[in-house]
Amino acid sequence: MGKAINRRDFLKLAGLGSVGVVFASALPGMASAHDDDEFFFLQLSDTHWGFEGAPNPDARGTLPKTIQSVNSLEQQPDFIIFTGDLTHTTDNPVERRKRMAEFKQIAGELKAKTVRFMPGEHDASLDNGKAFQEFFGATHYTFDHKGVHFIVLDNVSDPRALIGEEQLAWLAADLKQRPQDAPIVVLTHRPLFDLAPQWDWATRDGAKAIELLMPYRNVTVFYGHIHQEHHHSTGHIAHHAAKGLMFALPAPGSQPNRAPVPWDPAAPYKGLGFRTVDADVDEARYTLTEYPVLKV
Amino acid sequence: MTLNQRSMRVALGASVLVFGCVATYVAAQAAPRANVIDMAAKRFDYAPAHFTVKKGQPVVLKLRTKDIVMGFNLPDFNVRADIVPDKVAQVQFVPDRTGTFTFVCDIFCGEGHERMQGTVTVID
Repeated sequence: MGKAINRRDFLKLAGLGSVGVVFASALPGMASAHDDDEFFFLQLSDTHWGFEGAPNPDARGTLPKTIQSVNSLEQQPDFIIFTGDLTHTTDNPVERRKRMAEFKQIAGELKAKTVRFMPGEHDASLDNGKAFQEFFGATHYTFDHKGVHFIVLDNVSDPRALIGEEQLAWLAADLKQRPQDAPIVVLTHRPLFDLAPQWDWATRDGAKAIELLMPYRNVTVFYGHIHQEHHHSTGHIAHHAAKGLMFALPAPGSQPNRAPVPWDPAAPYKGLGFRTVDADVDEARYTLTEYPVLKV
Repeated sequence: MTLNQRSMRVALGASVLVFGCVATYVAAQAAPRANVIDMAAKRFDYAPAHFTVKKGQPVVLKLRTKDIVMGFNLPDFNVRADIVPDKVAQVQFVPDRTGTFTFVCDIFCGEGHERMQGTVTVID
């Protein structure tokens, strides 16, 4: 019997990864074919639960449909990470908690065993992350998975879009324990670099985090906030923004304001989606595959 | 020191003083007067939200709010300030190019925060 094809080989054969919007159905036999140095996770972002408005007439249906699509993947990811703005902001603390409770219940329908969360400014900036912590725990933390060190950075609980000196010191102390060739993935909400400060698409002290990360050779950043796929490098560090799951936003700085892209009735959910990230730990390489909301 | 020497020194000092005053006066005349703009910030607007200035003319912005702490960020000219209730935040810059540039609140201030922005137009 021949060796079962693994997910990475499948993506190579299918010519998938990093380009376009695809929906990759796994081949039979893939589920048990992972090498020890390979795994994949899902990034979902900017679900904005509680949003209502013309940019998404199916505001209460988009997240459940997405979860259905994720659950229908023939192979489930090792874990799922939501990179912030789980809920849409509200000035009302009671309503904020109601939205978080609803979101948590809906996200609980995911089949993947491990689901992780981090806040966006819509979740955390009006109360310094208090409600978020009540429902989801710490706003910054680390975890390790199959040889990759993951660092979740909070650049939203301070409404000034600051990571802050205390968290930067925590980051420095954590990094100090890693060899310089350690595979490191940073997960955060806002871009750490100045993508479009005139739209508030930046982290005011993000350069300090990048400076701390720079000595490490294998660092990749995944973030949300901008509701679109975007790829950028600061030196050898790659930064990948994910699509959102409520409304799309225009390309950085492409128009005077950052108003949502209008809903297209001819192409519902256009611009929305999620991604898988296939990790090749030995190579510290990540293959990104973009998926639409609806399984096709 | 002879009388002549003293006279020459006095004359020289007076010349330097006069020259200095003239130079200061000329410099004061040459520098364009600053355009002072008073701006009020409230959730989720600036007033004025749009203003026009001249290239090369210094701009002084006096920012006030009665609400909560907000931000003013005009990144194209590297100008930003925290606007703290009941205090005046003052920033200044010299616009060195023409065009229309966006400023934005960069301190998350509530439901309408993402609409809180304005523009400055710089003309020749």
